[in-house]
Amino acid sequence: MNILVCVKRVPAPGARIVLTDDSQGIDTRHLGFTTSPHEECAVEAAVQLKERHGGTTTVLTLGPPDAVEQLRYSVSVGADRVVLVPADSTEWDPQATASALVEAIKDLEGDSPFDLILFGNESADSGGYQVGIRVARALGRPVISGLKGIEIDGDQMVGRRETDEGFEVYRLPMPAIAAAKEGITLPRYPTLPGRLKSRRAEIHEVPAEMTPGGQEMVSLLKPAEEVTETVILGHGAEAAPGVVRLLEEVGLL
Amino acid sequence: MTRILVFVDNDRGTLSPSALEALTPAYSLADSLDASLELATVGEGGRAALEPVGLGGYVISHPVLSDYAPEAYGDALAQLVSEEQFSVVISLGDDRGAEVMAHMAAVLDQPLVANVTEIADTEGPDGSWEVIRVRWGGSLLERARLRSDLKFLTIAPHTFPAPEPNGGAGPLTTFVPEIPDSLARTRVVERVKLAEGLTLATAPVVVSGGRGVGSAENFAILEELADLLGGVVGCSRVATNNGWRPHSDQVGQTGTRIAPDLYIACGISGAVQHWVGCMASKQILAINTDPEAPLVTKADYAVIGDLHEILAAVIAEIKARP
Repeated sequence: MNILVCVKRVPAPGARIVLTDDSQGIDTRHLGFTTSPHEECAVEAAVQLKERHGGTTTVLTLGPPDAVEQLRYSVSVGADRVVLVPADSTEWDPQATASALVEAIKDLEGDSPFDLILFGNESADSGGYQVGIRVARALGRPVISGLKGIEIDGDQMVGRRETDEGFEVYRLPMPAIAAAKEGITLPRYPTLPGRLKSRRAEIHEVPAEMTPGGQEMVSLLKPAEEVTETVILGHGAEAAPGVVRLLEEVGLL
Repeated sequence: MTRILVFVDNDRGTLSPSALEALTPAYSLADSLDASLELATVGEGGRAALEPVGLGGYVISHPVLSDYAPEAYGDALAQLVSEEQFSVVISLGDDRGAEVMAHMAAVLDQPLVANVTEIADTEGPDGSWEVIRVRWGGSLLERARLRSDLKFLTIAPHTFPAPEPNGGAGPLTTFVPEIPDSLARTRVVERVKLAEGLTLATAPVVVSGGRGVGSAENFAILEELADLLGGVVGCSRVATNNGWRPHSDQVGQTGTRIAPDLYIACGISGAVQHWVGCMASKQILAINTDPEAPLVTKADYAVIGDLHEILAAVIAEIKARP
């Protein structure tokens, strides 16, 4: 089982997002960066499949040179090989991202396709919900989104996805592609040997051309913030009667 | 005349409660462009569900489309769009809408703008449009320019109310696409039902816990309150990552987005990731030791103090009612 996971480096905002003065990005001077959550879980899923079925896990990111931080992190939690597709810091629209990834994947694969390529369902920041599907279409491979469970059965990928009532099951012939959602796995923490290994990991670079698609970011804006006057019902146990009155008003009691 | 197509998903003949939301901005767009507005759905089962909407359009029918199949849906709709020369295609940006639209846009090699909240300008240079779309799950917006002859947009869920059916039964024509049997490779093969009754997405009240709850066992008191109120328990990402609750309980950008009558957030500070999942709640009650916690300042009501002590007192008070 050779698996490729495509991940995105994103800022890790806390309770407030602050924009840069030119409204072209978010102010990351005081923020750390992380792997977009769905993709972090996809990496864990790939490592677990490798542990069960053998093979290798490759993690690829299209991003700025600093995205090496996320690639090294993925080595510390079990990835075997990491690939950087260098991109400048400007916003790449979904079509541009997908076509650059397709070129990079073809370059990595040569004549032997990955059995499975995993994406995140959508990135935490730009949330386009489409890059994995565009890549799959360009490569002519089956794809499903919203992957919440995965097993391998012979030459098929058995995927589950959540519905309101339970889940749906899909069976895709491999090579296949899927866009995973957080919750497919619980990511492990890096071990000390993993951390040491990640520092020595070689970063493969595959260049890509930026071919702009039809969507362009003009600027970012903050949604109109509702100013809420919070009613304090009380402190500690003495607030209980006030809470019960609220529950009655809402019609729950 | 400009023709606008709205894709409305049906699941074996049933519409989800939000299925028609995308029609509201579509009606406004059709008015401002003086365009025609038509519907498309997949499977004969959708006919009865969509006729009451009162719009004309298409029911797409083919043996490969016997159940949800994202690739085949995408191919079939792309054929309809091409043959009938639609120039704008809109869908709700829920799981299936986002997926089917991405397939359609990829097949036709067109851009797709996801989770639009406003179509701000349709008279930009060279036929381009300016739209406002959601980023970071809704904590940030983006002004985006869309340059293409064929415009694909998904509409952010929970942004527009669904329109009232206008009563007249619109004529829905059957459209039979040509799709290879091989595209059945991504069709649903099995459905497993887990939940009966209330779910996180439908419960009128959600009692949710975060870091402040402290352990998996400590969620018992949240369960007790949820049971008393006829609701369910939710949690923050911290609770999931600590293994206290299953991911299916997670409220947030990467979990479930909910809109209950009352959201009771216990020991949750309210990072952006969590806020965007609960901000559509009608009322929010935050219980937290920290009066400055972001969720406390954004909530309608708050109780300051230890959540275990407070919940125990609330439960006792409810049980003591006549």
